[in-house]
Amino acid sequence: MAVTWKKKDLLDLESLSTQEIELILETTGSFKEISQRPIKKVPTLRGQTVVLFFFEPSTRTRTSFELAAKRMSADIVNIQTGSSSLTKGETLKDTARNIEAMKVNIIIMRHSSSGAPHLLARSVAPSIINAGDGSHEHPTQGLLDIFTIKEHKKKINGLNVSIIGDIAHSRVARSNIWGLVKLGANVTVCGPATLMPPEIEKLGVKVTYDIKEAIEGADVINMLRIQLERQGQSLFPSIRDYSMSFGLDTEKMKNAKKDVLIMHPGPINRGVEITPDIADGPYSVILEQVTNGIAVRMAVLYLVSGVKERVG
Amino acid sequence: MNLKEKAKVLDAEQIDKALIRIAHEVLESNKDTGSLAIVGIRTRGAILAQRLAGKIGSIAGVEVPVGALDITLYRDDLTTVAEQPVVHKTEIDFDIHDRVIVLVDDVLYTGRTIRCALDALIDFGRPRSIQLAVLVDRGHRELPIRADYAGKNIPTSQKETVQVKITETDGADEVVVAEKEE
Repeated sequence: MAVTWKKKDLLDLESLSTQEIELILETTGSFKEISQRPIKKVPTLRGQTVVLFFFEPSTRTRTSFELAAKRMSADIVNIQTGSSSLTKGETLKDTARNIEAMKVNIIIMRHSSSGAPHLLARSVAPSIINAGDGSHEHPTQGLLDIFTIKEHKKKINGLNVSIIGDIAHSRVARSNIWGLVKLGANVTVCGPATLMPPEIEKLGVKVTYDIKEAIEGADVINMLRIQLERQGQSLFPSIRDYSMSFGLDTEKMKNAKKDVLIMHPGPINRGVEITPDIADGPYSVILEQVTNGIAVRMAVLYLVSGVKERVG
Repeated sequence: MNLKEKAKVLDAEQIDKALIRIAHEVLESNKDTGSLAIVGIRTRGAILAQRLAGKIGSIAGVEVPVGALDITLYRDDLTTVAEQPVVHKTEIDFDIHDRVIVLVDDVLYTGRTIRCALDALIDFGRPRSIQLAVLVDRGHRELPIRADYAGKNIPTSQKETVQVKITETDGADEVVVAEKEE
């Protein structure tokens, strides 16, 4: 592992090299133990300020980032959209410049527009960590999914990973695809044609519209949530119809490998994309994903906080 | 910066003898072997800790728990080093509460690593006491820290470096003093 981290920001997995992804995964492994201690705190980010800048609702990701930063002794400020000056007409860039002027070190940002964190990363000096931008990427989710897979399967190279559901609106899918393909996994995406983005094959994945095909031979099945909030119009006949064709249930699991891993980035729509008996079943690592999320985010905070060259 | 090797100060046999002597000294100072535990500082201190625990075990016929401590997250120079050092795993699988911990490192120099290790260790609980064992004490302390057990005291100049080589990481057991060439 000769590579060292040189990036000010973590914006996406698309722009990371295989070595950089591996460095994050390795560092994550070292951070995992901290959350198992009776005293869950290390002094590494003492005196550093982390701003959580969330323009979209989030429980899991925001809490996970907040705990990660707190367990590393950083000071944290939460900015909620409803109460921020953006509602008074200030532009995103101006708000960010003002936060920068308060001498913060890291801004963790979630925004409904794809590319918003990239815009900020170019305009301000603090490190920007993308916590999800529109339907573009959610890099820390992709990393924690890959870390969880690697913990169980000991490798990524050569694994068959199927991502099933609303591919078109899913930033989780895109981050997973970029990361997994770089590390040598065979990725299959599956969902209704209306939820499949055009030219997705160009990312190096196989496309199928038949869930049976996606389940058979898969080492990992990552189920995605139907993102009704991002769909302008109805893209499938009914929830029930979607669930019949693309929901993971005991019947469809009969074709699965005996040691398959079932993943879901949350929040789960129980009974829609996954039935409760599968979500809570023996193949499910859904809650492990949540546990690993904190370690991944600690690793990312550690790595970006060490970059001294800050070009605003 | 190149290093020019000046002298080999310990060979494999001398390292082994030093560890045996430290093992005896640890047992002499700690009659209650049941509460002993050894914690090594990564990377080489952790390997030396394993060896020391083995020696104590075979002399006293007890199994002493061993842990490994990575002190990277506790370093006081993270804001000044050019790049973030790689963080390795800390593995302490036993409760350190009320135990006598023998902290092990390869070289004692400024004392800053030990300061980090003390902070890191205390985040795991409240040991009864912490003692320090090092293979080489080369002087030049910057903090009020001293070793309870030292394999060898080697007076050095600050231009020199002391390299402890261990079979597991460096292919051979030896301690070498080298000089930095400008």
